[in-house]
Amino acid sequence: MLKKLILGAAALAVAGTVQVTTVSAEDTLYIPSLSYRTGPFAGAGGPISNGFADYFNMLNERDGGIGGAKLVVEECETAYNAQKGVECYEATKGNGALAYNPYSTGITLQLIPKAPVDQIPVLSMGYGLSAAAVGEKFPWTFNYPASYWSQMSSILKYIDANGGVKGKKIGFIYLDVGYGKEPIPLLDKLAPEMGFEWVGFPVGVKEMQNQGATWLNVRKERPDWMIMWGFGAMNPTAIKEAAKIRFPMDKFIGNWWAGAHADLEPVGEAGKGYKASSFSGIGTDFPALQDVIKYVVDAGKSQAKKEDVGKVLYNRGLFNAVIMAEAIRAGQKSSGKVKITGVEMRDGLESFVLDEARLKEIGLEGFTAPITASCKDHEGSGAIFVQQWDGKTWNRISDLIPPMTDVVKPLLEEAADKYVSEQTDWKTQSCG
Amino acid sequence: MFYREAGQYKTTYEADSAKFPILQDKLFIWFYLAIAFIVIPLIGGEFFLGAIMIPFLVFALAAIGLNILTGYTGQISLGTGAFMGVGAYACYKMTLAFPDVNILVFIFASGIFSALVGVFFGLPSLRIKGFYLVVTTLAAQFFLEWAFIRIPWLYNYNDSGAIEVPQREAFGVIVTGASASAEVRYLVCLTVVVIMTWFASNIISGRIGRSWMMIRDMDIAAELMGVRPLYAKLSAFAVSSFYCGVAGALMVFLWLGAAEVESFDYNHSFEILFMVILGGLGSLLGCFLGAAVIWILPVIIRAWLPPIVDTLTPFIITSSQADLVSDIMIGVMIVVFLIMEPHGLARLWAIIKQKLRVWPFPY
Amino acid sequence: MELLKQIFVEPFEVMYALPDLLLQTLWEGFVSGTLYSLIALGFVLIFKASGVFNFAQGIMVVFAALTLVGIHAFGVPAFLAVILTLGVMALLAFTVVRVVMKPLVNQPDIILFMSTIGITFILIAGGQLIFGGEPKAMITEELGLPTGASDWEVGGGIVIFQHIDIAAAVIAALLIAGLALFFNKTKTGRALRAVADDHQAALSVGISLEYIWVVVWFAAGVVALTAGILWAAKSDVSFALQVVALKALPVLVLGGFTSIPGAIVGGLIIGFGEKLFDLYWGVPILGGGTESWFAFIIALLFLLYRPEGLFGEKLIERI
Repeated sequence: MLKKLILGAAALAVAGTVQVTTVSAEDTLYIPSLSYRTGPFAGAGGPISNGFADYFNMLNERDGGIGGAKLVVEECETAYNAQKGVECYEATKGNGALAYNPYSTGITLQLIPKAPVDQIPVLSMGYGLSAAAVGEKFPWTFNYPASYWSQMSSILKYIDANGGVKGKKIGFIYLDVGYGKEPIPLLDKLAPEMGFEWVGFPVGVKEMQNQGATWLNVRKERPDWMIMWGFGAMNPTAIKEAAKIRFPMDKFIGNWWAGAHADLEPVGEAGKGYKASSFSGIGTDFPALQDVIKYVVDAGKSQAKKEDVGKVLYNRGLFNAVIMAEAIRAGQKSSGKVKITGVEMRDGLESFVLDEARLKEIGLEGFTAPITASCKDHEGSGAIFVQQWDGKTWNRISDLIPPMTDVVKPLLEEAADKYVSEQTDWKTQSCG
Repeated sequence: MFYREAGQYKTTYEADSAKFPILQDKLFIWFYLAIAFIVIPLIGGEFFLGAIMIPFLVFALAAIGLNILTGYTGQISLGTGAFMGVGAYACYKMTLAFPDVNILVFIFASGIFSALVGVFFGLPSLRIKGFYLVVTTLAAQFFLEWAFIRIPWLYNYNDSGAIEVPQREAFGVIVTGASASAEVRYLVCLTVVVIMTWFASNIISGRIGRSWMMIRDMDIAAELMGVRPLYAKLSAFAVSSFYCGVAGALMVFLWLGAAEVESFDYNHSFEILFMVILGGLGSLLGCFLGAAVIWILPVIIRAWLPPIVDTLTPFIITSSQADLVSDIMIGVMIVVFLIMEPHGLARLWAIIKQKLRVWPFPY
Repeated sequence: MELLKQIFVEPFEVMYALPDLLLQTLWEGFVSGTLYSLIALGFVLIFKASGVFNFAQGIMVVFAALTLVGIHAFGVPAFLAVILTLGVMALLAFTVVRVVMKPLVNQPDIILFMSTIGITFILIAGGQLIFGGEPKAMITEELGLPTGASDWEVGGGIVIFQHIDIAAAVIAALLIAGLALFFNKTKTGRALRAVADDHQAALSVGISLEYIWVVVWFAAGVVALTAGILWAAKSDVSFALQVVALKALPVLVLGGFTSIPGAIVGGLIIGFGEKLFDLYWGVPILGGGTESWFAFIIALLFLLYRPEGLFGEKLIERI
């Protein structure tokens, strides 16, 4: 028995040395991918990680990387668990990680204070801490292309444009964790200004698939519109329950984490008419996606099934990779080096320009709202569009809706100040 | 041979009832402490200290807390995660209110709050035990999780709904926050854990600890002999929750840096229960062994399984599959240990010690 | 004063003003109560026959539903898939009894309980490894379960009855009746009750304990599959479902660990209770979301007064 143990340990030790060879060499750029293909939110984590990795692999195959440097994407499984997230961070940051994309609010919050110390930026694309949009206060954190507050204001604008919001009652159903509760201050502020009334319907993480009582309450309150901040198994259950109480589906609108194919496919026809906001295009009718299919998916180098390419969350992961790639290019340009570090990556994240022309150039014309990065504004334009489920797939139904920057900005500043005031020695930056 | 106590005469009662009556044990413990305090911080990198050793110590402390309740007093609990949460939130609120006080004071003080909560949810144990207690402690778990979300005062009305650890000092050194070095955090954590382990071992071998074990072994007999179940059980809940609370404060302040409710969910209660089972019910050493196996083994599997499979077989195993494999391994280990060695790793260690004692003879 | 009014007056005013909502709430409570009962029933079966508190019952619900959907995804017709899934559950029952339960005979209850937590881990991770972790749609229509709804106009509003909910209640009732028949009218059933009454005596008259345990674990697997299909038809098949299954624990406390009628009544009480409480008291006073703990707190309070449950045998060791 003991002998076997020793042999086993020896085998492990040998294997450990083998692993070292995979760590990034001179001309590679190392990008850790904190994935969650297991756990309660695996349905969202899988496609995101696939899209993220496939875009970089496509750049490797088609262009030989970025600026001649190959991109190495290494996945580390977090199972959406904050502790494993920290473990993954510690395990990968020494390999020359350029930036972290945690895809979990919990992990993002843990990484925000670590980022300036380890000098590795955090790109929490459309999640995490809304206040991080204030670049002066959070030099190392980015949430392109929009924060939750911007998104909520855009959704309210959409409702206002489609039947008016004045005098209406808006129901807000949310996952009862920090993520779901984040838009509440904005609702509180906008309700008197825009003249609507709002009611909150919290759904506990344990009750994601048991929402009977919540929807009875919705029936009691009779809201005119419902807005959902949901995730994972909460979304299909909520939509099914809404259909059960005959809530008009076209008055039910989810945020960008409550509008994926994985959310609506279990619902099918019953969810017809349900809307959701989004910032990444749907489908594969973009040259960049065709390249991904050609170079990566058809070549068998992707973990994604071919029919899943182009779905909402796949494209969102891909869009995340696009921002990363553009920032890497910008960082390479400003530093004059091919192999950049976290510091130069940060500069890149503050200086890349993803305008209409550039989007067309990389084969994503009309995919998303253009973003011009800056030192001050770490969330970019913040414009979203609305998509609708037709029973089988999602279709984009609106133009880009920019947020109410005038309302959101002061709130963001206030929240950023509060965060900074609780920290001693927090490093801010001044933007010229 | 290696563990021979021949020739070690005890001349006082004190020496006879010492913690480590044998010279070799004493040497061993000093040796391990020297490694833990000197060698590991010197040679361990940031990953080793920050992602392996600190969590290991935190979980070992929480496991000691649960072991006091389950292993020594025989009261099974599935509320460990929530009691850790109480400690973490208490520490957070205190240090925000008094930023200049040494953070170590608050880390210990936070245990008092979770002890109070623990006693409250321990009250049903006076009437029931076994599986029924599982249900009531789960009630504590779920209710407290709800309270952590629903009482915004606890997380200082942060929009994120999470507690974010501010930078704090102890004795002029930065101990918490992102700029605290892994070495400092590790040493602080280690000191707290060593002190509390030493304390626990004294409580257990003292009058209170023996009354717990009497309750565990046969409550009616214990009562007849003058042990008051009320005091014994509630003190076990209090001490156990105190340990869990301190472990929770350490977890958030020295390890995670920020925490949502999810960091205290019922999965952690299970995780720590596993550590106790695997390490050995009713053994302090077992808590450390159990925490080592449950925390470190998956880290090793996740880091090494994919490359091993990659090089030795034609298959490719992804990071997420490795994660699932490590979960299965833990489940299998629990079952195997329960069947082969219900007293856990601590018992295995005792067997090894016995083997060392009689070596080279078979017995 | 305001609070007292919120507790004692306002809820009843709302109930009176909106009778359709009250009826709907009761119906929803009834439906989820039936499902809680079904999950609890699985626990009771195993506990009665072998004294094992099977923590894995919750994940067995998910695992069974996942296996069914997974097999169907390979193009197997729905009814064949059900049969194959039953085969998998039988295999699982056999393996668990052979590999885990038999070597642990005569160990303290708590050890057996912990071993089922180990099984839970293996099933969660194994299920994800085999079938993938993403949520899947239940094959409701393929199984011939009804969809759609009927309305009933009452008091100026409507009460909506989902056909799947009606079917769930009927199927649950049929299953319970079937199990009762099985226990009372068949030879195996009688042997099973003999084992539940007294292991030693049953052994001495020549009943094979191992066989009985396999049968019981398989029966629990069938119950789990039924519960899994019915619940997943309401949302989807995902691992988050196992948390809902933990609700069976307070149900057991209310009903007693060894009583089948207790499981049914306990399930209904929890089902009605948590819906009514959350809607009429939880939301106005506590801000909602009380469903996650209501059942457990009720169980806790109940334990202080009547530890043996409503129908349980008075065997609880008390001090």
